[in-house]
Amino acid sequence: MLFSGIPGSDGIAIGRAYIYRQQDIVIERRSLSAAEIPSEIAAFAAAVRQAKLQLTLVRQRTAARLGEDNARIFDAHIMLAEDPALFEEVEAVISGEGITAAEALARVAAGYAETFAALEDAALRERAADLRDVTERLLRSLLGLPPKGLGHLDRDAVVIAAELTPSDTAALDRRFVKGLAVCGGGKTSHAAIMARSMGLPAVLGVSDIAGAVRDGDMVIVDGFDGTVIVNPDGVQLAFYREKADRHNKRLADLRSLAALPAVTTDGRRVEIAANIGGPQDVAGVLANGGDGVGLYRTEFLYMEKSRLPSEEEQFTAYKAVTESFQGKPVIIRTLDIGGDKDSGCFAIPGERNPFMGWRAIRICLEEREMFKTQLRAILRASAFGNVLIMYPMISGVEEVRQANAVLAEAKAELRAAGMAFDKDIRVGIMVEIPAAALTADIIAEEVDFFSIGTNDLCQYTLAVDRGNERVAGLYRPLHPAVLRLVKQVAEVSRRCGKFAGMCGELAGDPLAAVILLGLGLDELSMSASSIPIIKAIVRAVSMEQAEAVAAHALTLRTPEEVAGYAGRILQQLGIGRE
Amino acid sequence: MYSITIAVANKAGLHARPAALFAQAAAKFQAAVTIRKGEKTGDAKSILKILSLGINQGSEIVLSAEGPDEQAAVEALARLIETGLGD
Repeated sequence: MLFSGIPGSDGIAIGRAYIYRQQDIVIERRSLSAAEIPSEIAAFAAAVRQAKLQLTLVRQRTAARLGEDNARIFDAHIMLAEDPALFEEVEAVISGEGITAAEALARVAAGYAETFAALEDAALRERAADLRDVTERLLRSLLGLPPKGLGHLDRDAVVIAAELTPSDTAALDRRFVKGLAVCGGGKTSHAAIMARSMGLPAVLGVSDIAGAVRDGDMVIVDGFDGTVIVNPDGVQLAFYREKADRHNKRLADLRSLAALPAVTTDGRRVEIAANIGGPQDVAGVLANGGDGVGLYRTEFLYMEKSRLPSEEEQFTAYKAVTESFQGKPVIIRTLDIGGDKDSGCFAIPGERNPFMGWRAIRICLEEREMFKTQLRAILRASAFGNVLIMYPMISGVEEVRQANAVLAEAKAELRAAGMAFDKDIRVGIMVEIPAAALTADIIAEEVDFFSIGTNDLCQYTLAVDRGNERVAGLYRPLHPAVLRLVKQVAEVSRRCGKFAGMCGELAGDPLAAVILLGLGLDELSMSASSIPIIKAIVRAVSMEQAEAVAAHALTLRTPEEVAGYAGRILQQLGIGRE
Repeated sequence: MYSITIAVANKAGLHARPAALFAQAAAKFQAAVTIRKGEKTGDAKSILKILSLGINQGSEIVLSAEGPDEQAAVEALARLIETGLGD
């Protein structure tokens, strides 16, 4: 049976159907007594807080996997969840009619859905999907149901869905999902945009498919022309297998380029690694030719559950990642919560200035047992490959010494228990605080490497909160002050025989690549999708050129001058900016 | 009460992200800020209300504010719309 929809993302998927159903949420109708009303309103407020927490996590995970652009939609979702008008109306319905928060929310949201559906602008009408997504998240939280998702899929599948919300798409596990066929949506829907960044074949707007396919049916999704075939005959199957082969060969050619090492024309090799959030991101890194992991964010383990992750849970995740890289370096960053990152299992009191407050290593050094549990898990994983430990938010050498003391305890415990770990495991710090950059020579006595986290380094150096619209324009990683700090760290590192990398967003910015190379960094770590272009840039220059470019960039006055100059250099190299 | 009438220039109108930025900006003012399109009026601090107005490219809207910083609020938000809300 052949269906025709809107091509959403290139590629051919052939596989067994997995029908992703929106599970109907059953809301029990119940009249509240007057005494129950305040607690019902409080329950709604708690659901809003929980939704915000989940969405913050989804946003970070999406930013890490698919980049900032794809993550921004969740800012809108957070605002919808926290919307003051929504809260007031739900509150009014609860107390006015004495019904449960869930029923009140469903009623208020249905009213807005109707309003949205009546709008003349199609793009705005599609926002109804965002509202539904957020409403369902809130309802699930109110009713004590787990957040829905495709995260539990454990076999290869072509996902067939009536609709895929941004939350659904962000939770897709690329290891198992081979393609998408969605009844709703169009080329600009979030499902399509995210499918494209994941390189996942997708067809949208196949309105009549849902009733015509059963779980396990053979399905072909042609993301080039929007065709979906259910239970194809032999001829169709052969035709599409051939088309898929041709496409895969083209992709393989591209990837084989990405698999080449990042070596300058005069022979200097740098490592181009990836930032990941967990085992689910490994396949994308390998496919894009990543030389390892420059930043493994471990926070997700701590955000998903309402209790701390056990040593075993952590070990399993770290080991899976370590093994997949077969001896290539995997830098595991110890817990970095606080700042803008809440944790579901760890209460961080509200602070007036969270980025300057109780976060990351500061928490870990106080919560020593929690920290030691993580270090033990990392150490145990180090027996299975090339693991490095990285401490975040270091402001001075004494914090490194304290953290290393906990590490020494963890090692002694493992040794006593006869458990294997890498005795020569290397330890480093993330350079995010200018103080760490400026005292890198002192810190070097205690560590093996530095990795510059430009997002925070930039925020602290320039005193700019880039989440604040008013001042976000001042957030400029190519500011001479930031470049000087990078230079300082790279120089000290070289002089002391350490290695220096960068794992902030700047590391994946084509505009910055030649300068960073010239400043002498040994490693750049970025979103997997940025790896091929950065490798191409490194392979197009000589170290001599790069050093000259960096030296000139350091003489420039403003971030604009640096960006303009860097843009001209890229053009000369024949690499247009994306 | 202070008001300005303005035409929305950015291509996608006030869809999800621009609406979020706009509501965030409005929330920073003490004054009560409303946004009117045709006969419908909504709280400018609520993304839900802004989306409900269905503001697209070319829509003419009236920004009004009432409160201590009303003039600053309306002027800042009008400027935000003129500069395209990051689109």
